[in-house]
Amino acid sequence: MPRKTSFSVAIAALTLLTITSAANAHRVWIKPSKTVLSGEKNYVTFDAAVSNTLFVPEHFPFRTDGIVATAPDGNQLSLENVAQGKYRSTFDLALTQEGTYRIGSSSAGIRAFWEDKEGKRKMWPPRRGKAKGDTFETAVPKNAKNLRVTYSSRKVETFVTLGQPTTKNLQPTNKGLELITLSHPNDLFATEAARFKFLIDGEPAVNAEIEIVPGAMRYRNAAESITLKTDNNGEFSIIWPNAGMYFLEASYKDNKAPAPATVRQGNYAATFEVLPL
Amino acid sequence: MLKHIFTLFTLVSVAIAANTYAQSDVQLEINIPRLTVAEYHKPYVAIWLEDTQRKATQIAIWYDFEMENHKGEEWLADLRQWWRRGGRKLALPVDGITGATKAPGTHLVTVDLASLLKQQPAGKYKLRIEAAREVGGRELIQLPITLPLNTKALPIKATGKRELGLITLSAVK
Repeated sequence: MPRKTSFSVAIAALTLLTITSAANAHRVWIKPSKTVLSGEKNYVTFDAAVSNTLFVPEHFPFRTDGIVATAPDGNQLSLENVAQGKYRSTFDLALTQEGTYRIGSSSAGIRAFWEDKEGKRKMWPPRRGKAKGDTFETAVPKNAKNLRVTYSSRKVETFVTLGQPTTKNLQPTNKGLELITLSHPNDLFATEAARFKFLIDGEPAVNAEIEIVPGAMRYRNAAESITLKTDNNGEFSIIWPNAGMYFLEASYKDNKAPAPATVRQGNYAATFEVLPL
Repeated sequence: MLKHIFTLFTLVSVAIAANTYAQSDVQLEINIPRLTVAEYHKPYVAIWLEDTQRKATQIAIWYDFEMENHKGEEWLADLRQWWRRGGRKLALPVDGITGATKAPGTHLVTVDLASLLKQQPAGKYKLRIEAAREVGGRELIQLPITLPLNTKALPIKATGKRELGLITLSAVK
């Protein structure tokens, strides 16, 4: 049993790490079976994983305990049939109200890096999780050598719609790096343009780096990803080249961090379905 | 009660329309091809009129509307363009628009098309017909038309390649 525990802690740490480093890292994704649904009620099943190849679960399952599903009216829904496999987690969502559902996981916090007297690298919170009652003030020595403190936010999400698309639960929380869906995320079609905006703590995220990768990567030789940057309003637009599932990842960094942090960074990832015309 | 009033209203308006425009009727025929496949299900078919601003006027939706608990509505989103062009806004079933799925063969669209077309502002339109079949494919066909309709331009025809056969908009003699 102790072995198993330390293994899952290791997974948690790895998951966190992969989310924090956007470029060239493993991708964290929640992929719905369908995003545009009809009927009085319906079901969507989801895969959630950490992997390089989209959307092939081949590395680690994404932990479901932090995943929150919000109904069109803003109320939280419980995930059904939650299971964690070797490479992916799965769960179902019963759609009983008309409108757009938001499914995702987000977190934010500060992280400190420094060197001790022997020049050994230290990090807080530590990889294996912080101890109870441990705070930045108690854990990080005053005048620590080469101290770097970052404030980072992470979000991984996706959207599904039953019936008519709605926007009630697509409103920003003004915390962390967030996607503002100027085009509805469940009304995307191949060859058409979609426009989105990123906010960092409620302000336009200018020059955020965006990478959009089509799914089914395993069946082609190049990633064929599209890289973009947000403009002075934090906005960007994308013309979807083909129908299919897409993975979007954004990262943002500046020095407007709340003390004691000096670097503010945001990471965002989402899965979108683009339908053929 | 409300539904009955609505039905009555529809009937009355159709009767009036039929009377007024009886001399210049148009008709729309949809052919559903017979396919030799192991598992055949009758397709869901949607028919609508779309203006240059993509505003849709619903004409017909043929689906399994009689299934228990509205189960048949679960596959309506497979008519992807129709779903986007107003299908998802409808409170189904809609009297006069909803119909049962049709077997292979040629079917006449029963809505009073002449009166529906006459209610539209002049301009260019597309008459769009979309079909989606369970364990099958999906096809979207359009007939470009200009309103008011010049009967000399009729018939206007288009033929599908897979899920739809010959579509004909013609004058009724």
